Amino acid sequence: MNPARVKEIVRKEFHQSFREPRLRAMMIVPPILQFLVFGFVVNLDVERSRLAWLDQDNTPASRELRAAFEGSTYFEVTHTPATQKALEDLLDRDAIHSGIVVPPQFGEDLARGRATSIQILVEGSNSNTASIIANYVRDVVRTFSAGQLNEWVRQKRAGRPGVIRLNAPGIDLQQRVWYNPELRSRNYFIPGVAVNIITLVTLMLTAMAIVREKEIGTMEQLMVTPIRPSELMLGKTLPFALVGLLDFSLIVALGMIVFRIPFQGSGLLLLLGAILFLFSTLGVGMFISTVSHTQQQAIMATFFFFQPAFMLSGFAFPIRNMPEIVQWITYLNPLRYFITICRGVLLKGSGLNVLWPEYLALAVFGIAIMSFSASRFRKRLD
Amino acid sequence: MNAAPIITIRGLHRKFGDIEAVHDLNLEVARGEIFGLVGPDGAGKTTTLRITCGLMHATAGEVRVAGHDVRAEVGAVKDRIGYMAQKFGLYGDLTVGENLRFYADLFGIDKQQRDTLTPQLLEMTRMSPFVDRHAAKLSGGMKQKLALMCTLLHRPEVLFLDEPTNGVDPVSRRDFWAILYQLVHEGMTVFVTTAYLDEAERCDRVGLLHKGRLILLDSPARLKNSLPLACFEVRGDDLRSYREALRRAANVEDVELAGSSIHAFAPQGTEEAAIQAIVPGARVRRILPSLEDVFIATVRREENRAA
Repeated sequence: MNPARVKEIVRKEFHQSFREPRLRAMMIVPPILQFLVFGFVVNLDVERSRLAWLDQDNTPASRELRAAFEGSTYFEVTHTPATQKALEDLLDRDAIHSGIVVPPQFGEDLARGRATSIQILVEGSNSNTASIIANYVRDVVRTFSAGQLNEWVRQKRAGRPGVIRLNAPGIDLQQRVWYNPELRSRNYFIPGVAVNIITLVTLMLTAMAIVREKEIGTMEQLMVTPIRPSELMLGKTLPFALVGLLDFSLIVALGMIVFRIPFQGSGLLLLLGAILFLFSTLGVGMFISTVSHTQQQAIMATFFFFQPAFMLSGFAFPIRNMPEIVQWITYLNPLRYFITICRGVLLKGSGLNVLWPEYLALAVFGIAIMSFSASRFRKRLD
Repeated sequence: MNAAPIITIRGLHRKFGDIEAVHDLNLEVARGEIFGLVGPDGAGKTTTLRITCGLMHATAGEVRVAGHDVRAEVGAVKDRIGYMAQKFGLYGDLTVGENLRFYADLFGIDKQQRDTLTPQLLEMTRMSPFVDRHAAKLSGGMKQKLALMCTLLHRPEVLFLDEPTNGVDPVSRRDFWAILYQLVHEGMTVFVTTAYLDEAERCDRVGLLHKGRLILLDSPARLKNSLPLACFEVRGDDLRSYREALRRAANVEDVELAGSSIHAFAPQGTEEAAIQAIVPGARVRRILPSLEDVFIATVRREENRAA
């Protein structure tokens, strides 16, 4: 290994890639823009969901219930259809997320202390959102009926001496959510978005940079120079490793500033994870460059790797929900480990004592794919 | 050729699957010689060249360049040779000067040597005014010259050129050869492959490669006299009917169109009058065959023998 030759390759790559302002911008601006756009998009929280209110009762009690919904931040009454059919039509046209039908006699039943019911219609094509909405509706209704019950008991006992106490037996559930107390879905998704962007950028840059040398014929020329395959590989990947680290740092910073992602853990630990992870993506990029002869083939091959790696990363779809055989496949996916590391370090402040298996897996995978690509690279030079 | 040859190829075979690209090639090139390897496309020229440079392994046989075995001592060989691929890779987005500097540093040439050698090379190739131009914006001939400079930076003993003037205009080609002559004059050995026979004429010795076999090997002048056939040039107004008549004639072995005339090949000793008798209306003249005539006739005979 001759550092001077590695340095010369690195210098050439920087010359080629960073001299033109357009190319230079290409390495920084699209990843950042993508991150900003995706960051706003990956949000499954239900806020101000559109609700249609069909009041067939029209009593103070029904209006009180409506006020309870309007008072909640989760709902906004956007439509007041006159008939059941009109309500269903709104659902069909996706104008609302849910609708509530208050039947006639709702107020009268309550006043007489009888059990009564209301109907909720939820748009269920996104099952996740639908169940969240149904939960929120239940919460609002439960609070409302508890209030009604108190009121009813109070009226029954009116005039009697003594303190009014309602001692209903039951379990009071004290819920406390750790790591993401506001249950913001974005906190969960953003690390995955960052990892995916970095993966694609570094994969693509490495695969293309080496294949481009083949395409323009400089590879054959480099082979007759005294440069060693390992020097060439190092020289070609180092610049993109730096670009990857820079992009990653910018993205994490933006995640904290723009999306208020917490950073609980150690910055050095995250950096170590990123470096180990780049071993994997640069290694895979290099492998792609050994099996591709043209840049088009390299792009195709990159997506053959990237799509499944993305879907099986646990970015959005939890790995424990996957069929067992697919879960086994995910152990070969470096994205899986790095997303776990990012979530752990950013959201939970986990340290190496917890995350060491992920770091170890990344290191093993990175070194394995790097050596494998290097050996293939050497063969191609013969 | 009293000194030891600088390139020795013995019993070289190379197979790609079932296809034999090079078959039992034996060749020696002397120091200071311009050797041309000629042949139709797919004859095995590039394969032979790549094996000789150590870029590819032979299936069998031995190749020694500048005293070193290309297989066992590939590093030593690479230090002593320059290689210019058919499609020489220049970095189009780097300037002429940056391309030179890049290759100089890869070859580990120290700064002082580089700074004296680069202007010399630019001078020799008359490229000094273009040192800051991007390689992508050079003409075909200038790209060729830049590629040549990049292969000369480490002062190789042997220069390997794979079809160096493919797609280069005739004036630039002449310039290019003038540079090669100068290099040989300074003691370099040049091994060139080409499909152009006018280029082959400029070599000290040429080898004709056909389907992986070396079927001719000598100096251009001797090759032209070696043909065991007499060559006649036939000119006139009705070339098509002359050709038909000549093809049917029993004493004519081969007929080739050569621009505005026909070349007819007959056994040595055939008189002009005998050919004239076949085509009474035409002008017939006995000529010395060109290298092209020799090669085409030899390839044709080789194919007939195989058939």
